[in-house]
Amino acid sequence: MNLISLSWNYIKSKPLNTALNVLLMSLGVAIILVLILLSSQLEENLAKNKRGIDLVVGAKGSPLQLILANVYHIDFPTGNVKLDEAKAITRNRLVKSAIPLALGDNYGGFRIVGTNHDYIKLYQGEISSGELWSYNLDVVLGANAAARLQLSVGDEFFGAHGLSVTDLEHDERKYHVIGILEQNGSVLDNLILTNIESVWAVHDHDEEEHEGEEHEAKELGSAFETGFPEGDEEDEITSMLIQYRSPMGAVQMPRMINANTNMQAASPAFETQRLFSLLGIGVDMLRSFAYIIIIIAGLSVFISMYNALKDRKYDLAIMRSLGASRGKLFVHVIIEGVIITTLGGILGIILGHGLMEMLARSYEKSEEVGVTGLVFVNQELYVLLISLAVGLIASLIPAFNAYKTDISKVLAEE
Amino acid sequence: MISIDGLSFGYSDQKVLSIPQMEVKEAEHLLILGNSGSGKTTLLHILGGLLQPKEGKVVIGNTDLYSLSGHQRDKYRGQNIGLVFQKAHLISALSVGDNLLLAQYFSGTAQDKGRVYEVLEELNLGHKAEKKVRSLSQGEQQRVTIARALLNRPRLILADEPTASLDDDNAKKVIELLKCQAEKYQASLLIATHDQRVKEQFELQLNLSAS
Repeated sequence: MNLISLSWNYIKSKPLNTALNVLLMSLGVAIILVLILLSSQLEENLAKNKRGIDLVVGAKGSPLQLILANVYHIDFPTGNVKLDEAKAITRNRLVKSAIPLALGDNYGGFRIVGTNHDYIKLYQGEISSGELWSYNLDVVLGANAAARLQLSVGDEFFGAHGLSVTDLEHDERKYHVIGILEQNGSVLDNLILTNIESVWAVHDHDEEEHEGEEHEAKELGSAFETGFPEGDEEDEITSMLIQYRSPMGAVQMPRMINANTNMQAASPAFETQRLFSLLGIGVDMLRSFAYIIIIIAGLSVFISMYNALKDRKYDLAIMRSLGASRGKLFVHVIIEGVIITTLGGILGIILGHGLMEMLARSYEKSEEVGVTGLVFVNQELYVLLISLAVGLIASLIPAFNAYKTDISKVLAEE
Repeated sequence: MISIDGLSFGYSDQKVLSIPQMEVKEAEHLLILGNSGSGKTTLLHILGGLLQPKEGKVVIGNTDLYSLSGHQRDKYRGQNIGLVFQKAHLISALSVGDNLLLAQYFSGTAQDKGRVYEVLEELNLGHKAEKKVRSLSQGEQQRVTIARALLNRPRLILADEPTASLDDDNAKKVIELLKCQAEKYQASLLIATHDQRVKEQFELQLNLSAS
């Protein structure tokens, strides 16, 4: 027998009360945990995918949209820019490297991205089967895309115009799958990658209709490894991802591009920060809601302990008469409150992970964003500490009442 | 064994109790009589270290009870004084055995399940050790409180109206039990009561109403 088992026996002796308090506490903790898991994973993934990209240059429009479309492949592109104009920017001495992107088509909901091998290097993508493309209309699939579309090396498919599944198919030119990438948790997992010229070729075909002439012979891409493809003045790309040579680039480049050209430049770092501050309002509201639930749980623990203590003053007086000091009774009551809220905290953490995993599984896009309920973050320890503190605070007044129980008076009352 | 010197107790200016001198020797039994309100319970609480007297000394053995700090007095009480009350105050959240273990834990003596069973067995409660307190009858519960009071081999047993809520049969048993156990442990036994059934069983009597 010790204080912990004594408190535990009291908790067990009123299961309904305990269950209610534990449940209330766990609800608040679960909500907070889902928020923590969600925001920490989103933040991590957003940070991972913008690494190495200092500036995105594309058509004018919303800078946030530009970033979402071209870095994270979530939103629709703002439009296209002329290849020549884009190329002109890359000649600036502040530009260390530039990776062109051409978007516009999809297959089965997975975006077909025209680019060069630098794009794969940017995310440290590794080929798991087959090889990287060098000829037009050869494609390399990200791991998730390949798995979901059930495509493997050697398969062929027609791309569809637009970025969502239902759009019209380009049923003239087939893509050939020649390689599949290993899963690496970056945006590459959900993309179909090819030469920029492949994207052009598919679209040109629609417009010009070569009379009966089949493109049987494979064309070697003009810039499949690095740099920009050769094109005429009509040719367009969607955007380019720029890395600066020096920090001076951050000062001069965006202003130069936004003021002097028809294009716009947006910084992924700045835009994701802005996105988070926008999301932050909603997250903050949910979080304060969760804290309110936790406070109510604390209050509920306080009230039930305070009430129970009226019936327990004889018990407490008896304990004193058996030799228990005032301090021991104080600790005994505190332990009871802390056990209840800590149980709630632990249950809440389990519930939170379960909830997160359920959300992740029920929402298809979550795979692309990369969220799961099966990871643990350090902040969970703080959540546990908070639950402990709530129990401590809630039981402080009842414990103090236990501390100053007048044994003689209580025992003489009968 | 237990002696009182110049004891008085009262609320504000009103004096409720005043005992200039009293002594109970080791293994002696004393019955404290008096109508309700005569201060029996107050006296018992003072002797048990539960209630600080206004003036005077309570000495048990060589220990001046009220010169100890509150914490020391709690420990001393747990180890040397067995208390029995009118109602069987047991911790209903615990089993019978755990109620007794609690007495060992709070008094700071080693927790010894063998001793718990030994005492329960002596009072014919051995088979009830694992039972919940609520499943016991009134008489059985009172016997458990006696077992709890005896557990730490006290030098002094204080019983406040131990028979008041019991029927004749149980009342007789409880008194016999208290007397015979006190003898066994060579403890001084003080019983405060206004129960006429108890009167003739004790030689040494103190009547508070008369004084």
